[in-house]
Amino acid sequence: MITYYGYKDGSGEYFISIDSDKCNGCGECIEKCPKKILKLETVMINLEDKLVSSVKEEFRRQIKYVCNNCHPDNILCVLSCKEKAITTIWNQER
Amino acid sequence: MTEEKKEYWRWKEYRKTIEGKDWKTGKIITAGIDIGSIGSKAVIMVDGEIYALGIIRTGSNSPDSAKRVLDFTLEGTDLKFENINYIVGTGYGRVNVPMANKTITEISCHAKGANFIWGDSVRTVLDVGGQDIKAISIDEKGNVVSFLMNDKCAAGTGRGMEVIADLLSLPIEEIGEASLKVKEDPPPLNCTCVVFAKSEAVSLLRKGWTKEKVLAAYCRAMAQRMFDLLKRIGIKKDFVVTGGQSKNIGTVSRLESLLGFKRLQVPDWEKNGKDPMVAGAIGAAIFAKALYEKSKK
Amino acid sequence: MIKAGIDIGAKNIKIVIMKDSEILAKGVFLSGIDIKVFINEIFNKVLKDANLSKENISQIIVTGVGTDLIPFATNKISIVSAIAKTANFYFPESKMVIDVGAEETRIVKCNKGAVLDFALNDKCAAGAGLFLEAISRALEVSLEEMGRLSLKTENTVPINTQCVIFAESEVVSLIHRKTPKEDIARSVYDSMASRVYSLASKLGIEQNTVVVGGVAKDIGFLDSLKRKLGVNLLVPDNPEFAGAIGACL
Repeated sequence: MITYYGYKDGSGEYFISIDSDKCNGCGECIEKCPKKILKLETVMINLEDKLVSSVKEEFRRQIKYVCNNCHPDNILCVLSCKEKAITTIWNQER
Repeated sequence: MTEEKKEYWRWKEYRKTIEGKDWKTGKIITAGIDIGSIGSKAVIMVDGEIYALGIIRTGSNSPDSAKRVLDFTLEGTDLKFENINYIVGTGYGRVNVPMANKTITEISCHAKGANFIWGDSVRTVLDVGGQDIKAISIDEKGNVVSFLMNDKCAAGTGRGMEVIADLLSLPIEEIGEASLKVKEDPPPLNCTCVVFAKSEAVSLLRKGWTKEKVLAAYCRAMAQRMFDLLKRIGIKKDFVVTGGQSKNIGTVSRLESLLGFKRLQVPDWEKNGKDPMVAGAIGAAIFAKALYEKSKK
Repeated sequence: MIKAGIDIGAKNIKIVIMKDSEILAKGVFLSGIDIKVFINEIFNKVLKDANLSKENISQIIVTGVGTDLIPFATNKISIVSAIAKTANFYFPESKMVIDVGAEETRIVKCNKGAVLDFALNDKCAAGAGLFLEAISRALEVSLEEMGRLSLKTENTVPINTQCVIFAESEVVSLIHRKTPKEDIARSVYDSMASRVYSLASKLGIEQNTVVVGGVAKDIGFLDSLKRKLGVNLLVPDNPEFAGAIGACL
């Protein structure tokens, strides 16, 4: 399951997407994020509990601001993930 | 703004017990309890079929709401709490269902419920509430494939519609119909920000546009907004709409035009209990059965 | 040389008439719908305040959005360049300008009036003046009062909303929960200041930061911004006219 955290508003679209099937709960992205916006969360996949990465609730509506420093070239969470479970979308309206 | 005013599409508390079902001959009795920000719902299933359902106002979302809705639903039956084998709780925010054996996210429950109500052909679910929009892509079993929620922006939500209803001094239940009273759809207003769409609406009114024309442009913009969010998670037939805004034909009909196909209609839930309002609780009750069976292996 | 600067903002049009570096007259007017129609009227009003006529003005420079809407303009300049010049004029040591308007926030990195880099926060009313206006309406106080209130407390509450439309509902529920208005006001200013800080930090926070725009008059916002950025802020007189003044310089 892919969860898109973030939003699209008048100024553009800003998302972090996490694939809970690919995520192995290693916690690398959580450590590498300079603003500490990620955390581990339990989700149920096929009736089993699995620990995966997610964006903390209080940051989901501020992705544009809080992730600003990592874009466009140095997106630390994406770079840290060996399973390629985490990706981002960053499109600013001009 | 009072709690009453938040009920954009007014609904009454009600419960229903399905005729002709006898729980005593059932093997597995499960309950799903969904505590939403406005409404709390409970569904009782016997061997995976709906037996009873109930929906009440959440009020202040104390642990009480879960007990109240379950009791309310049970009162319409001769079932007792002790007869229930497994309970799954779900809902919005910090879920408060103390009697649940397990808590599952509302998205997973909503998806499962949609699959149950409309059948295994459903692939795209749009849930449009008062303050958020959820776009969910599901598989034939009702499992979530991808999911996106917007609760940052009022655009496309019931609250966003309330803004234009207030501006035009129309009751919100009427704006859908009113927006369809135009010969041809005008160009849409700003589709990503209600603040800007509202200023555009103000200037168009001053230029002499009728209320209906402004509404048409506004609904078209909101439909575009929903379409953009759906595109993110991937749009596939069949498509269903749930939530309070599903009754706004002004936006839904225009969304259907953008999609190129219609949503599935709400089934005859009066007879079999497949009420979209309780999709989350249905999904929770289905999960309850699966988890109970798993625990017995 | 007498020049006129016209800054077309999202909400207000600002006009100044300057003789070299002295302001002869100035005026603020609501942008309204059809600028072309009434720009003559408001321009003439400012001229009258200065006891001048159009013939006395050697250059009419436009900035802001819709610079093509003024038929009698002689030149135009980008808003970013304009505010950099204003900042340099009042504070020659300035290296950064933060401009918070009604609908847009701009952060400009500059040196001696020349623009080095900039970041815009536009197209979403939540990062700008409209957000504060919506909150002040929900609190049922004026903007000035909201600024004053926010300085009376050090408590804050989380502000979850990032939308002008939801802001009102959030404030109403905070009030129902008996949250003091002072705490709400301070939290809202802090939330806005955080957004500005995020944008500015990417460019690099500077010690000599100038704040302009309508919102620069708000003492509550300035206090929050100072705390978030950790630098002393420089605010010129007439911060609202920074764009129009810069157009003339």
